[in-house]
Amino acid sequence: MSEIRTEDMVINMGPQHPSTHGVLRLALTLNGEIVEDVVPHIGYLHRCFEKHCEAMTNYQQVVPYTDRMDYLTSMNNNFPWVLAIEKLLKIEVPERVAYIRVIMAELNRIASHLVAIGTYGNDIGATTPFLFCFRDREKILDLFEKTCGARLLYNYMRVGGLSHDLHKGFAEEARQFIKEFRPTIKELNGLLSYNKIFIERTARVGILPADVAINWGVTGPILRASGVKWDLRKNDTYSLYDRFQFDIPVGTDDVGVIGDCWNRYMLRMREMEESLKIIAQALDTLPEGDVKAAIPKRIRPDPGEVYVRTESPKGELGFYVISDGSATPFRVKARAPSFCNLGALPEFSRGVMVADLIANLGSIDIVLGEVDR
Amino acid sequence: MQASEIHEIVGAQFGDAILEFKGDAVDPFIVLTAQRILDVALFLRGDERLQFGSLMCLSGADYNDGTLGVVYHVDSMSLGHKIVLKVRVPKDNPHVPSVESVWKTANWHEREAYDLIGVVFDGHPDLRRILLPDDWEGHPLRKDYKVPEFYNGMKVPY
Repeated sequence: MSEIRTEDMVINMGPQHPSTHGVLRLALTLNGEIVEDVVPHIGYLHRCFEKHCEAMTNYQQVVPYTDRMDYLTSMNNNFPWVLAIEKLLKIEVPERVAYIRVIMAELNRIASHLVAIGTYGNDIGATTPFLFCFRDREKILDLFEKTCGARLLYNYMRVGGLSHDLHKGFAEEARQFIKEFRPTIKELNGLLSYNKIFIERTARVGILPADVAINWGVTGPILRASGVKWDLRKNDTYSLYDRFQFDIPVGTDDVGVIGDCWNRYMLRMREMEESLKIIAQALDTLPEGDVKAAIPKRIRPDPGEVYVRTESPKGELGFYVISDGSATPFRVKARAPSFCNLGALPEFSRGVMVADLIANLGSIDIVLGEVDR
Repeated sequence: MQASEIHEIVGAQFGDAILEFKGDAVDPFIVLTAQRILDVALFLRGDERLQFGSLMCLSGADYNDGTLGVVYHVDSMSLGHKIVLKVRVPKDNPHVPSVESVWKTANWHEREAYDLIGVVFDGHPDLRRILLPDDWEGHPLRKDYKVPEFYNGMKVPY
């Protein structure tokens, strides 16, 4: 048998492929079923976000463009943008605005994690959890829709405020959601997290060591799954996050090993519980106020620059904004978490089987809208 | 650690490479000569007192005065401090040493800065366009960029 000459084969996975979650092409070098190398090719969804920003006539106009970066977490995308401009303008927002932003960001984090978990199960071959996740995400979208009229691209936050106050009855509905959702997490754990087949497919697969993760700029649940307790909500706190009690889950080795696919998946499950805690605390102390009072009529920041980063569901989302004193941003750079996280994919995918590559890619939870901007 | 202390430590080692330090900016920054950025980056990562293990963000910029710039936001997860580094290069000869060997994050970020701004990173292992098609002409985030009328026979402005 050793006489048979074999060659590596290069094949494309994507740009149209059900498990790439968008338009992504991976050039795989295969030795039989073993992946020798992966080269991601991105840019298929490039929409010139940064170029558009330089063509705006008002800083507020950029908000809907941020929505479309990671279209599953629009609230979390608005957040660093408005914080950055407020920092440039040196303005404070009313307490109520800050509270509502935190509530919305955390609800959106749960919605995003539900998509990540659901589609991840689907990639691996479990269809039922996907439906469970989307059923519950729907309840969050309903809340968003009642408040701001949109179900996906909210365009909700404004520099200095919000587009709408919460709708009447929001607090009760949100509390009801928390009450209903806690048991669902348990249900999902039984259905997927501790499912033997799922564990076989994900535990000890695609191990990403902590030092490699940090060097590649990997952030968010993936970094924490590798055992690094790093969450900007605590480590570089912003808005009101220092007022709430919550934990930062990190990877464990009770089922798989630290830094594997199962841990990356499980971390999102555990983060949802922490988000519920934050939302519950914020609802209890939500102050009254006018959410539009502090919105500036005219935005002309002094010349200067600022880099503001927040913990979006996928990791560190940052905006680097240079102002030249006019009403148009001089330069905007978006530091998108999916972009950096995807860059590290080859690092933990060399030497795995093709089927495990699917598991690895799904565990990063990329949104190509954000990778390509 | 405060930005001024970081500046002192870097200055003791690379005094000749520092062009400017602004400690009272919103994000304090150090302006360096472009050719020394790799040495400084290695020092920042390796020094026990600094431990700048991660590059948060790398941005290119066209300052519209004949210079291009690269801005590095670095931070230390272990010590919890951060600093901004900046370099400037002339637009007609925009060469900056790559820091990809120090922080792998720079791999894709430098490709992006090359793609959109046109900064050439010397020593980068794979400096290709990343967001735009390989045969695209020009660097769109330059201030003097003109949108081409056609790309491969397709009309560009809509």
